[in-house]
Amino acid sequence: MKIAIASGKGGTGKTTISCALAFAATGPVRLLDCDVEEPNSHFFIQPKIEQTETVFSLVPQVDPEKCTGCGECSRVCQFSAIASLGKKTLVFPELCHSCGACARICPTGAIEETQKEIGLLEIGRHGEVEFVSGLMNVGHAMSPPVIRAVKKHALEEGLTLIDCPPGTSCPFVTAVKGCDIALLVTEPTPFGLHDLKLAVETLRELGLPFAVAVNRANGENNRISEYCSEENIPLVLQIPEDRRVAEAYSRGQTLTTVLPELRETLAALPEKLRALTNHSTETRKEREKLAAL
Amino acid sequence: MKIAITTAGTNLESKVDSRFGRAPQFLIYHTETGVFYMKENSQNLNAAQGAGIQSAIHIKEEMVDCVITGNCGPKAYATLDAAGIKVYTCIADASVSEAIEMLKQGQLTKSEEANVEGHWA
Repeated sequence: MKIAIASGKGGTGKTTISCALAFAATGPVRLLDCDVEEPNSHFFIQPKIEQTETVFSLVPQVDPEKCTGCGECSRVCQFSAIASLGKKTLVFPELCHSCGACARICPTGAIEETQKEIGLLEIGRHGEVEFVSGLMNVGHAMSPPVIRAVKKHALEEGLTLIDCPPGTSCPFVTAVKGCDIALLVTEPTPFGLHDLKLAVETLRELGLPFAVAVNRANGENNRISEYCSEENIPLVLQIPEDRRVAEAYSRGQTLTTVLPELRETLAALPEKLRALTNHSTETRKEREKLAAL
Repeated sequence: MKIAITTAGTNLESKVDSRFGRAPQFLIYHTETGVFYMKENSQNLNAAQGAGIQSAIHIKEEMVDCVITGNCGPKAYATLDAAGIKVYTCIADASVSEAIEMLKQGQLTKSEEANVEGHWA
């Protein structure tokens, strides 16, 4: 099962919960750090890196001998990454999304796709916890290809935990896509609620089941729990606000080091989430059946 | 000579717009005849990136010799340069007619490179 640990707002505790879930898991588990712009799960997992992998993306290269300056490439590109200007054709690799349309449409075969290095994967383990982390190269602006490279390492069998990037834009969508369920981590602040709503809207658009975890739960939890009950969203985990958690975090220690009583809840959480995916598959099937009538 | 001037207005008294990629429109001016017309530049309104490149491709269709604008970034400059269009930068407070006059008097300097950084590094 693949669980995406995501949030709208940054800094709510995605990594804290991902790492605690990894160490609490009872069977085979692999943690994928897909926050490739600022991966930090390795601080807590402290893996022994056994292997690295370079991530490439494809960018066009124009052969000026074959190019007739027809401009088809420039017109088909949705990202202004290739500009045909009469005799000259310019490529802007930093804008390229590697879709390959320019190379396909070129009537004279003047465009070849070449590999550009965009990031690095680190693969290792700490005890039973397997670990893969992606890191985007400095100066590169688009993270989805690196995120997809990390996600290729998801386990076929067993538990895959995906520590997602914050926000609700392309990096978030790329990270949660194809997962069985998303666990949305939030905090009981107005910002936490606001960005949780954005994440919920995005996941509903994607048709992905999800549940909510509240981190730093305190007297203001009503804000989140009221929203969840109104929207019929399962609230599956609450982590109390506790200064010791922050202190442990700053030392690179995991959540259960200071709150060992959470270990059992965390170990049982994947099964709890699996039950929710079955439930929502059923409701989705029912909805489809109704729509077909 | 044919000049494209970035502007938010619709006549010679309008101010020069300091933006190139996201300029609302271009005033295209013939120096020989004094005739001008407007060219919309709205294709870039919703573009996240690459607005300067699209603007450059867009005005290349008008076969202009040069551009007068406030600021020109690296990708826009590279595209204009490849299209053989010269870039002159001008203070944003000038009107279009003042900018044309300054160009005629040789008071505007031709850019040899982008004068501002790109927005996305």
